[in-house]
Amino acid sequence: MEKIAIVGVGQTTYERSKIETFDELVFEAATKALKDAGGEIGDIDNIITVSNDFWDGRTISSMAIQDAAGSWGKDISTVEGDGTFGALYGMMRILSGSFNTTLVVSHMKGSESIMNLITNAMFDPIYQRSLGIDATSSAALQARMYMEMSGAKEEDLALVSVKNHKNAKNNPFAQLPMDITVDDVMKSKRLADPLKVLDCSPISDGAAAVVLANEKGLKRFKKDPVWINGVGHTSDSYTLGYRDLAKPRALKDASQKAFKMAGIKDPLKELDVCELYDAYSYMELMWYEGIGLAKEGKGAELIKSGETGIDGSLPVNPSGGVISAHPVLVAGLARLIEATLQVRGEADKRQIKGAKTALAQGINGPCGQAHCVFVVGT
Amino acid sequence: MADWKESVENIVYSGRIKVPYKWYVGEVGSRFLTGLRDNKEFWGTKCPKCSKVYVPPVKNCGECFALTNEWVKVKDTGTLESFTVVDYSHAMQPVKAPIIYGLVKLDGASGSILHMIGNVKREDLKVGMKVKAVFADKREGTILDIKHFAPA
Ligand SMILES: [Zn+2]
Repeated sequence: MEKIAIVGVGQTTYERSKIETFDELVFEAATKALKDAGGEIGDIDNIITVSNDFWDGRTISSMAIQDAAGSWGKDISTVEGDGTFGALYGMMRILSGSFNTTLVVSHMKGSESIMNLITNAMFDPIYQRSLGIDATSSAALQARMYMEMSGAKEEDLALVSVKNHKNAKNNPFAQLPMDITVDDVMKSKRLADPLKVLDCSPISDGAAAVVLANEKGLKRFKKDPVWINGVGHTSDSYTLGYRDLAKPRALKDASQKAFKMAGIKDPLKELDVCELYDAYSYMELMWYEGIGLAKEGKGAELIKSGETGIDGSLPVNPSGGVISAHPVLVAGLARLIEATLQVRGEADKRQIKGAKTALAQGINGPCGQAHCVFVVGT
Repeated sequence: MADWKESVENIVYSGRIKVPYKWYVGEVGSRFLTGLRDNKEFWGTKCPKCSKVYVPPVKNCGECFALTNEWVKVKDTGTLESFTVVDYSHAMQPVKAPIIYGLVKLDGASGSILHMIGNVKREDLKVGMKVKAVFADKREGTILDIKHFAPA
């Protein structure tokens, strides 16, 4: 297969209630990514925008920000889902042979509507929506199932919050850099038992963009490429109750595909850094198991061992992760950007020394229904 | 935060989206909801390939991609597979917080059904406990014809 590279990355800072408009955020991320690549909008053959109509409060939201994404006179297409799926689609469009370069840009203003009402609307209107379930209450059901399956305690889940919020102190883009303790997490307000405020990611605004290119397209840019060595994507059942919420088989499948492509046999040994979609604390432990960093039910043991800490053998979420900034749709693309910066050696204060191979994960749908896994390297 | 906020008043436009909508429930859903409404019965569909019984019913098994054309009646009792006590209130919730949600594996079904759990103190909730459906007095052919599940 033709090799595809990430040649430019750009992101806004992530904050609650950013006063910039959608267009301004998209323009900022897109121009930063082009500048980072050492190119211009004329070097882009096609554009993918990532957005969600419910969150934007308008139908065909993807078309409203096209001017800001630089799509005049260009081929554009759109993805409604996490930005990693936008990057995947952008990559596929190059692989189709029609284009040599793609700009992928994703935006989110979670603060402009009411998160619980919007996420309630992702559930089936006949059987689940009218019960009033939302992202947090469904995650709470998943957290308990995971705890039952694995024996993990609430204090174990809290370790993810403590680790990642501390890591966020090194990331100028993160929203919630914090020094907190397990006790702080345990004493924070209960939202949906067993999840407390500090187990949950914040409401965030922001945008992110990447420039993708094949070898021919790369010649237009000054920056050295970061190669997409592996990618995998898999979905599970939409309906809560029809899938085993404690065992992320879609992630297992997606990461196995990505590892096969990248020639990785032992991810714990061969990866240098991981950026995972920890929308809620417990998710990071579950995703360890899905990716194969820990055996089923042993995610808590891995974090307790310190291996995934900033000084461990495989740091996970040195950026602070999604729990430190959660612009939905953007957050997975931000993981891919962090992975790219890490293998370039450009992650500044959050740089993992000598990182050569990095993994980024995005999720889509309730409780991690679908997963997209990238393995990147120089 | 953008620096123009220092020199220009930041104007916010507030709106509200309210769009009437109707969803056709379809063949299997209509049968299921009719069973709840008229007879307080749970009916599911069975996959001919993997024998999974889906409640609420599905037209095709997602796992096998096969038509599920056999109807199976399951019990109104089941096992609580997970639960959460929600302590916040929002407009989409049918009752005021605290609300208990549960995933209930009905006896005879393969997966679990999402609903509310009632008539129980939060400290008495336990994964694995037996629960039984409590039906609404006035039933209209919606999922809320089940009032909640309560300890059996
Ligand atoms: Zn089947």
